[in-house]
Amino acid sequence: MIPAAFGYERVDSVEAAIGALQADDGAKLLAGGHSLLPQMKLRFAMPTKLVDIGRLRDLSYIREADGGVAIGALTRYHDLEGSDELRQLAPIVASVAGQVGDPQVRHMGTIGGAVAHSDPAGDMPSVLLALGATFVATGLSGTREIAAADMFPGLFQSALANDEVLTEIRVPKTSGGWSYQKFTRRAQDWAVVGVAAVRMNGSANVSLTNMGLTPLRAGGVEEALAGGADPATAAERADEGSAPPSDSFGSEEYRRALSKVLVRRALEEALA
Amino acid sequence: MATTETFIGQPVLRKEDPELITGQANYIDNWTMPGMLWMALARPPYVHATIDGVDTSEAASMPGVVGVFTAADLELGALPFVWPITEDIKVPVHYALASDKVRFNGDAVAVVVAETREQAIDAAEAVAVTATELPAVIELEQAAKDEVLIHDDLGTNSVVHWSHGGAGDQSIFDSAPVVVQERYAQPRLIPNAIEPRGCLAYGVPAMDEWTLVSSTQIPHIVKVTLSGVTGIEEQKLRVIAPDVGGGFGSKLNVYAEEALALGLARKLGRPVKWIEGRRENYVATTHGRGVIHDCTLAGTEDGKILGLKFVELADMGAYYQLLTPGIPELGGWVYMGPYDPEAYWYEFTGIVTNSTPTDAYRGAGRPEATYVIERLVDTFARRIGKDPVEVRRMNLKPAFAEASTAISGLNVDSGNYEATLDTALGLVEYDKLRAQQRDARERGDTKQLGIGLSTYIEMCGLAPSNILGALRYAAGGWDGATIECLPTGKVLVKTGTSPHGQGHETTWAQIVADGLGVTPDDIEVLHGDTLITPLGMDTYGSRSVSVGGAALHFAVEKVKAKARTIAAHELEVSEDDLEWGEGSWHVAGAPDKAKTIPEIAFSAWHAHSLPEGTEPHLNATAVYDPPNFTWPGGAHICVVEVDTETGATEIVKYVAVDDCGTVINPMIVDGQIHGGVAQGVAEALYEEAIYDESGNLTTSTMTQYLVPTAVEVPTITTDGSHQTPSTTNPLGVKGIGEAGTIAAPPAVINAVIDAVSHLGVTAIEKPASPERVWRAIQDAQHQQGQSGQGGAA
Repeated sequence: MIPAAFGYERVDSVEAAIGALQADDGAKLLAGGHSLLPQMKLRFAMPTKLVDIGRLRDLSYIREADGGVAIGALTRYHDLEGSDELRQLAPIVASVAGQVGDPQVRHMGTIGGAVAHSDPAGDMPSVLLALGATFVATGLSGTREIAAADMFPGLFQSALANDEVLTEIRVPKTSGGWSYQKFTRRAQDWAVVGVAAVRMNGSANVSLTNMGLTPLRAGGVEEALAGGADPATAAERADEGSAPPSDSFGSEEYRRALSKVLVRRALEEALA
Repeated sequence: MATTETFIGQPVLRKEDPELITGQANYIDNWTMPGMLWMALARPPYVHATIDGVDTSEAASMPGVVGVFTAADLELGALPFVWPITEDIKVPVHYALASDKVRFNGDAVAVVVAETREQAIDAAEAVAVTATELPAVIELEQAAKDEVLIHDDLGTNSVVHWSHGGAGDQSIFDSAPVVVQERYAQPRLIPNAIEPRGCLAYGVPAMDEWTLVSSTQIPHIVKVTLSGVTGIEEQKLRVIAPDVGGGFGSKLNVYAEEALALGLARKLGRPVKWIEGRRENYVATTHGRGVIHDCTLAGTEDGKILGLKFVELADMGAYYQLLTPGIPELGGWVYMGPYDPEAYWYEFTGIVTNSTPTDAYRGAGRPEATYVIERLVDTFARRIGKDPVEVRRMNLKPAFAEASTAISGLNVDSGNYEATLDTALGLVEYDKLRAQQRDARERGDTKQLGIGLSTYIEMCGLAPSNILGALRYAAGGWDGATIECLPTGKVLVKTGTSPHGQGHETTWAQIVADGLGVTPDDIEVLHGDTLITPLGMDTYGSRSVSVGGAALHFAVEKVKAKARTIAAHELEVSEDDLEWGEGSWHVAGAPDKAKTIPEIAFSAWHAHSLPEGTEPHLNATAVYDPPNFTWPGGAHICVVEVDTETGATEIVKYVAVDDCGTVINPMIVDGQIHGGVAQGVAEALYEEAIYDESGNLTTSTMTQYLVPTAVEVPTITTDGSHQTPSTTNPLGVKGIGEAGTIAAPPAVINAVIDAVSHLGVTAIEKPASPERVWRAIQDAQHQQGQSGQGGAA
């Protein structure tokens, strides 16, 4: 299909991007475009204007900062996947970046784009939620930090204001075990269900992909683990508080069952 | 260049590839013309509705729009349907644009013509349709109840019933020691050629001469039929199939858009082009399969198959396309598979529904048949506690080199089925796998091994015109070939087949090269243009090499005969003194007194001294109508690992042993098997057209409709050592385009069921999605738990 007509502006700074967003309510930021453009082709999304921030290369970086890792929002999956530094500091991010979509998607798609798109079936929001990432948003009045728990308020909704630009993502260093269990029909598909588990502070943070309207922390599992449950027992609570969709990839019932298997496998790997 | 080298049987590199792999191929979307307009169709968002009004005024006022047309504005006849398989078949009338009712997602009510494609698409969206929605029926058995009629004038949705009539003692289905009854459902599939459809119509208005360039498998049939639909006189209509990016049967059709493009070009006097979008392709281009079978196998306790009986419901979709009800009937001749039962029954009822018309999809009737027989044989083996190999071996028809009548009534040209099974078992290391499977079961591994077999035959090479006529098909099954030997020693071949990925340019060149003693590089093969190759019946049903290739063989023989006359004249000997060998006509016993074809071609061209009564130019045309179909066969074995916790299936080994008669180019045959198996794996594990309760296609993009990629398709081990020659044609060739798709689905499904059969699972339907497999395991465990409790009580 062919998108509806739209305007296009390439900006050379975050400030210019903010200005462009403020000038047009229907404008949307274009980063890698691999979520937005397919939606536009299907005419599910019909922005009046695309504000292209794809060439703001200053926002593409991975660096150690304040005991954690700072990742520029426009860093592409391919760069995350190939970064030795990231593989040392936050290996789950590098590994999962290599599992998103297909090579074309990974060469264009950005980590910030994935967060702003807030797809509950996206891998990266779920992993960042498990890591307890901090998100840095830049607006007209400067920057603010958004906690992971607040970042994904609803379906395809982020906590970013319409005229804010996500500029940086901070994750803690993860020296312990981790696992991402991504269950797909085809290699390039979204997860039918995904589970991220990261060993932290003697226990594990666990999050779920595509098990509700937003990426979710598996609270029941974490609680059980904190109470000393073994992985298999804790995994039985995987779907607590979730609201998985039913679609052609799997029914709600199947996703609930799958989440328990995948949480157990993720915990066994992360806590091994 | 004259040569003594032989090429048949060699993996000659494909002559057609350089342009394809360097982006220089000429697909329809590359064609452009001065003054060209674009066409887009308004397909209203209804599945089943009475049209109350179509308002084109807003669309007509949009930028670039040249005109918006409804059915009343165009003088087009009904679209062609050429296979009324019974005398009393009910035929829905099918126009390019609907005017009374919308009957499925793809039905269009108006067509927009604009200066650019984008303008045409935007304006088509602005066509306003007021309609009264009617309940939609998608499910076959629901439609069969006739509570909602798709075509009021037909009075029923059950539009056709065809019966083979049966053979042998039908009482066996009640009286046999073992009677296995099963019901198998096979969902609709979307063919998914990489290149969607598209066409361009242009012409010389003053002469009423028109050309249609279309991404089609059948330029010749399109020309004949669209002449009727549009009223353009056939001698003034030319159809070109340019480079065509795949078809799989979906381009074996004559479509509304082709008729509209021609009609509009003629009406407006400007070239009109249309390119299909992928979502449009999913609803407006034909689907395949969509059948339910009630199956009965009568057998003995020790594994002998006594009778096979199949009663099928087949989804026709909202209208017939070119062949629709003929597709299940094509399968009707092969439901005995490679076995030799004493009794046989097949019948089907065709039912119209509110969905895309079905028609040929790679295999066309034979995959549907093969799937149910092979599932049934495995079920039978499980029922009597025998290994599926043992049961097959007991029932395979013994090798035969001359045509032999099958219980379905047709003559099978030749076959050696058990040999292909033995080779496949050896390649897959069957006994070792069974041992591994036992170990994994004993250990209670999460991942369990499954082995699935499919021993198949198929009927292809469509085919004898008299039989097609007896089956009430409107056209013939012959094909034509012309050979022109050029004065520089090169050769032009014109074939009536219309390849769209099969590699005819190479294979045909190999046949001619061996026949005339030249090299494939000396030969250019022309096809796909009714002006250049007027004699043709096109490409489908694995017919091309056994009909078009055989025609070429006869053209070669004619060229050689004429060359012999000229050679004898030049060598001043009698024709009887000449022998053909080493790439030339030479005097028997004196090989140095010889004339090669290039030499004779030059003589025939300058024509300075030709024998009396011989026309200048060394050329010949042959039209060949084969006496029979061809019947390939073989054995495929699939090995899977099933994750019993998630239901996920991974294919760990796949062996395909196909006997397609004499092989002209083993590399191309392997490629056909690879592609066919990939599509068969897709059918078994991934692909399914799913509709929601309102009849809208849920799997409407490639995101939801799961075409597997290179990651999912397994490594395929092929074996071409069995080449039982066909007795139907002088080349001994059969056909290989569809074998993979015919053989693979049951091999994969049988493997998946086998992997979890020890858990009590006896059936899993296509596609064996993880959820279906998981559910089958859950259900089986639940039932075993219940029966266990029952036993305890």
